[in-house]
Amino acid sequence: MTMKQKPGTGETHRYASRITLYRYRLLAFALLLVVLATVALLTGRYPSAGIANPLHLLEDALFAKVVLNVRLPRILLAITGGASLAAAGFVFQMLFANPLVEPGFLGVSQGAAFGAAAAITLFGFSALAVQVSASLFGLLALATSYWLAKRFRFGGWILRLVLSGIAVGAMFSAGLSIIKLVADPTTSLQDITFWMMGGLWNSTWKTAWSVMPVMWTALVVLFAIRWRINLLSLDERTAHAIGISVSREKSLVLFVATIATTAIISVAGLIGWVGLIIPHLARRLFGADARFALPGSMLLGALFLLACDTVGRTLLSSEIPLGVLTSLIGAVLFIIILTRPQTEAKL
Amino acid sequence: MKCAYRLEQVTYTYPLRENPAVSNLDLCIPEGRTTVLLGPNGAGKSTLMDLLLRWRKPDHGCIHLFDAPLASYTKRSLGRTVSLVPQEEGARFSFTVLEYVLFGRSPYLHELASPTHADVEIAQAAITQVGIQEIAHRPITTLSGGEHQLVLLARALAQQPRVLLLDEPTSSLDPGNTAKVIRILRQLSEQGITLFFTTHDPTVAADCAHHVAMISHSELLFSGPATDALTPPLLSELYGTPMETFRHGDRLMVTRVH
Repeated sequence: MTMKQKPGTGETHRYASRITLYRYRLLAFALLLVVLATVALLTGRYPSAGIANPLHLLEDALFAKVVLNVRLPRILLAITGGASLAAAGFVFQMLFANPLVEPGFLGVSQGAAFGAAAAITLFGFSALAVQVSASLFGLLALATSYWLAKRFRFGGWILRLVLSGIAVGAMFSAGLSIIKLVADPTTSLQDITFWMMGGLWNSTWKTAWSVMPVMWTALVVLFAIRWRINLLSLDERTAHAIGISVSREKSLVLFVATIATTAIISVAGLIGWVGLIIPHLARRLFGADARFALPGSMLLGALFLLACDTVGRTLLSSEIPLGVLTSLIGAVLFIIILTRPQTEAKL
Repeated sequence: MKCAYRLEQVTYTYPLRENPAVSNLDLCIPEGRTTVLLGPNGAGKSTLMDLLLRWRKPDHGCIHLFDAPLASYTKRSLGRTVSLVPQEEGARFSFTVLEYVLFGRSPYLHELASPTHADVEIAQAAITQVGIQEIAHRPITTLSGGEHQLVLLARALAQQPRVLLLDEPTSSLDPGNTAKVIRILRQLSEQGITLFFTTHDPTVAADCAHHVAMISHSELLFSGPATDALTPPLLSELYGTPMETFRHGDRLMVTRVH
């Protein structure tokens, strides 16, 4: 095919300069994350409430231990978990071509919550048991949704997935209610409730290493295919006509996003709203193209969760559950975004 | 006459249905020409389009694309050979027009790659060709129906296809935009691209088709030069209502008798 007219080079230039702008923004947020992480490392209740002088690290061995063994794994988990939740929310929204979707849609969060509650009731509050059980049931929920969707005999692939996800999520929610009903109100029920509020208070290097490699892998995979994730937001027939193996690529991306989600849920409980609100913010700042909006989502998610966690553990003498903070701030941000003119997406 | 697509005895039945949607279809879509598919609602037009796209696979018979079995194409090579302009497409995210047209470059890009400068140039050329340069940086969520249709056409052109399939390209357009799309389709045909589209408006067929195929009740009623197809007896039989044709200047018009 030959084109009759010369393409407009000025227009190409405009596109290139927008890309440059987004790259600088990404860089700026990355720097901000480094700064915030450094501040968070030095902030806490030891040696005294507030931000400590970094030089103090050299003199006080206990302070160095607190920073390296207590705060550092927690901060890394907040960063990795925030990036994972936001990235998973972003790709779920893209895949379902619906800006109001997050991993809860396939029953993943409900499955993980059920698994954690079951483990707390059966084994008491053992971090390992909660983690393994939450991951297993989260993945089980995904697999069940997937299997059911394959067996449904009507509708497109995504509609079938959503329908089966609703059914699977409802079953796990009902199961969770039953567990709460029979749980010991003086011990297990409190643990279940606290876990469901979400938090990183019991992060150690051991818990961090048990889930961070999974999340890192997921983040790298999603980052690598970020431009193609755009194509998965198209109509399935159109995507097919553009040369995409729709079901295969969507399934891969869903699986990767789900394991990242269960990984963080399993150690930190239910942390709501990050996956819903951060992608909206990212599309505001970086445009709709996942080339920039996905890494932007990861960075903003990391910043958001780290900020919430730092505030949650330092503001009051007792810890504010992370899930409570993210939901509160997330919901307020959501309202602000939706009431402002120029909403990002047509709902 | 060389065929872009050649269909032999193609039959397709939807799951759980008794009657085939397309039955024993033999059809040649000539290379480098414009072919229009006419047929009443439910005749099997969309099914045939799906079969050409390989979105559905025939139960019986075979489809050849440029003398190779359609099944032998990889996704990527099929995406470089055939592209689709869908009738409408929900736009949920505010991609800019240029970003959206760039999606058409995906059959040329590695899974891990993003569009290069050359891809941007090709997308820009496609945008220029359909005459929407001035909206290249607008979000697609803000476009009118006519503009949206042209964006879909530009995206299909960015695939640099040999065959362009279009689902009812003018059915949701006002007369001004219809004329614009017809003009662009004629230009594309002059460039040697094979065009195949469905329409409910036989006058649009008269405006740009070299060749017409008619399907009715899942079977091929007629396939041949447009001048032989667009006659009152054939059209009346196709739609089950009296039709007539008349000349207005050098245009052939088709209309219902009552």
